[in-house]
Amino acid sequence: MSEPIIALEHAEKSYGAVRALRGGDIALRPGEVRALVGENGAGKSTLVKLLGGVVRLDTGTMRVDGEAVDFHSPTAARDAGIAVIYQEPTLFPDLSVAENVVMGFHPLGALRRIDRGAMRKEVKGLLDRLGVRLDPDRPVRGLSIADQQIVEIAKALSFDARVLIMDEPTAALSGNEVERLFNVVRALREEGAAVLFISHRIEEVFSICDTATVMRDGAVVHDARIADMTPDDMVRRMVGRELSALFPKQDAQVGEPVMKVHRLTREGVFFDVSFEVRAGEIVALAGLVGAGRSEVARAIFGIDKPDAGHVEVGGRTLPPGRPLVAMRAGIGFVPEDRRQQGLVMDLSIARNATMTRTGALARGGLIRSGAEDRLAKEWATRLQLKFHRLADPVGFLSGGNQQKVVLAKWLATEPKLLILDEPTRGIDVGTKSEVHRLMSELAGEGLAVLMISSELPEVLGMADRVLVMHEGRLTAEIARDDADEESVIRAATGQVQEAAA
Amino acid sequence: MSAQAAAPPPAAEGARARRLTERVFRVRELGIIVAFLALVAVTGILEPRFLEAGSLRNLALNASIFAILAVGQTLVLVTRNVDLSVGSVLGLSAYFAGDLLSNHQGLPIPVVFLLGIALGAACGLFNGILVTWGQVPALVVTLGTLYMFRGLAFLWTNGTQVNAETLPDAFLNLGTDSVLGVPFLVLIALVVMLAVGQWLRDYRAGRELYAIGSNPEGARLAGVRSERRVLTAFVLAGALAGLGGVLFTARFGTVDATAGFGYELTVIAAAVVGGVAIFGGAGSVYGAAMGALLLGTITSSLIVLKVAAFWQQAAIGALLLLAIAFDRFVALRVEAALRRRSARRAG
Repeated sequence: MSEPIIALEHAEKSYGAVRALRGGDIALRPGEVRALVGENGAGKSTLVKLLGGVVRLDTGTMRVDGEAVDFHSPTAARDAGIAVIYQEPTLFPDLSVAENVVMGFHPLGALRRIDRGAMRKEVKGLLDRLGVRLDPDRPVRGLSIADQQIVEIAKALSFDARVLIMDEPTAALSGNEVERLFNVVRALREEGAAVLFISHRIEEVFSICDTATVMRDGAVVHDARIADMTPDDMVRRMVGRELSALFPKQDAQVGEPVMKVHRLTREGVFFDVSFEVRAGEIVALAGLVGAGRSEVARAIFGIDKPDAGHVEVGGRTLPPGRPLVAMRAGIGFVPEDRRQQGLVMDLSIARNATMTRTGALARGGLIRSGAEDRLAKEWATRLQLKFHRLADPVGFLSGGNQQKVVLAKWLATEPKLLILDEPTRGIDVGTKSEVHRLMSELAGEGLAVLMISSELPEVLGMADRVLVMHEGRLTAEIARDDADEESVIRAATGQVQEAAA
Repeated sequence: MSAQAAAPPPAAEGARARRLTERVFRVRELGIIVAFLALVAVTGILEPRFLEAGSLRNLALNASIFAILAVGQTLVLVTRNVDLSVGSVLGLSAYFAGDLLSNHQGLPIPVVFLLGIALGAACGLFNGILVTWGQVPALVVTLGTLYMFRGLAFLWTNGTQVNAETLPDAFLNLGTDSVLGVPFLVLIALVVMLAVGQWLRDYRAGRELYAIGSNPEGARLAGVRSERRVLTAFVLAGALAGLGGVLFTARFGTVDATAGFGYELTVIAAAVVGGVAIFGGAGSVYGAAMGALLLGTITSSLIVLKVAAFWQQAAIGALLLLAIAFDRFVALRVEAALRRRSARRAG
């Protein structure tokens, strides 16, 4: 076996009292694509940050080409040939795509001035390699999440990396873009680079990786060739216990329509969208990223004003652009971006969980913290929230538990319709099935659920009915029994004629 | 998610979006120039003496010092920081220069400039160290040093003032002399503006200031040495305030501890009117300098028109709100335009 380009031995890292990493052993060899898998909070991100020079080791050794090193800054890691695509967005919205890619390493001309021509050419080349048509001169502000991800990837490829570390690079990408990214990864492997690939999508891991490192509770628990593993085996090692049925969908009594959407249109975003959701029914809104699904949800909830069409709840038409009225009419909305839109990260768990009920909890305009805590505790118990104290900032919780707080916030309003936008994105396998069980339970109690999801297994596993969008239009409506991967993908990629929606 | 979250836009559309933003930028700078010319014209019609050469010259001279400070402030603002202490630094440096020249008549004038700039830079370094290493918000740090530096000036002057009679003529002439018809002060302001403008536009360090202001965490992950860059911005802003102080003394001759009192707000207003984003990441020194010229002109024309002092303040405030409203309006228009564009594409 060849010598690792970079290796961590017995790495440990604590943040205050929290031991984030207590047994980090990993080695990346030339020409290897290695998966790093584990539940949220297993220590993957800490390991990535160590390799990227963002944080420093407490104990243990890091070796580059066999020599012990200590990265004291991201620059040091970069100088050693290590490129990292981080999970959190690291782009500069005010600057151009090209500048985002080369920041800190602009090509220079005479008098050490930035050579803009060379910069543009270099970035154009990188984007071509990724197969995307993106103008290097346009500002990053306003790019779709998928395009932003592409810019992140171009940034990591902008120098000759010997090691490429990707922390969930595909979360926002559509099928085509993932395939192109994988082609680039394969090309890097041919060139003898090492790639570390982190993903919650097990099928991607099995399609691209050669080897896998499994982490659990801050330590590496398994290291093997992919060929010697099965997906079930991998999940079992990640979770450390047997998973009960992945999609615990119960049959529910489907009742009267709770919400009707009539020919909703927002110019340039979605067109002529009509459908209804019935009590006790889970309706999935499937499609590629950028098909306009989240935008439809935002318009229903009144965040964006539609240009035409209207929404009816319980027989009454909602005024456009009025979230508060939508809330009072019984709609709850769990947004896609938990950290930015779903929660106030610095506020306590209790405050976040009761935020929708401040009116009811107040006496004479003052919120009674006792009532607040009681309500929060009630929901925390119902949703089996894992927390230390209700007064802790919600940012302390893992992704899955954060999502439970968002759910609690909306369930506390006793909604008739709950809109869930990517309810399990970035949530570990265990919590994911808890969220699914909860959805199923709620539907059983008569709640209408509109779920937006980019994960096909989730769509097929949970939905009573699947609506598919393609480029802003509804292209298919598929009943649970008729829905399979092929039918949904065909509609999502526009390979069917307009269906009667 | 933003409205235009569609498939990757074709390059042609991106180019159009770019032209749009460029146009917006030009509209902004053009808007300031138009406002400036309109103001001068209207005032000139109402009070013809306003258009006399001497009066216009005064306008440019007054704006020069503010423009230099606004350029320095821009450096700090684009990094998502702010320097409230520039007025006090100017006062300190102005008295320092006057005191130095009164007591040491033979001192070469360039040395005085260098010492004044160095004093300003030292003040900026102090601010910068507290902000970067001390990790105290710039608003708090420079609010503190705003009072501290001013207090130092009061202690130092001990109630006295430097008078023009005690200053060498060669120094005072700098405040009024012209080179090839352009007042020396204006020339310095132009040189400072162009030099800093080029640095911000065409050098890595300059671009990194924008990156820091646009996404501080992202800049750190991209390997930008943020602390050093922010420190540099504060030192430069301080140095330019120091330069402004020496020029203040050369121009007015009489200096006491209140020199430059309240300048900081005018300077920040000038930068914001000139299109510098108060939350960092965007704006140019050219806009900031033009903002300083426009604000100075408003004050002068209102004085010429014998408008009560209260209205002068109110006018500057109104202009500030107008500028911010304009920015917001343009941002919404651009967003709507992008949306319609992708509508055409999809439809």
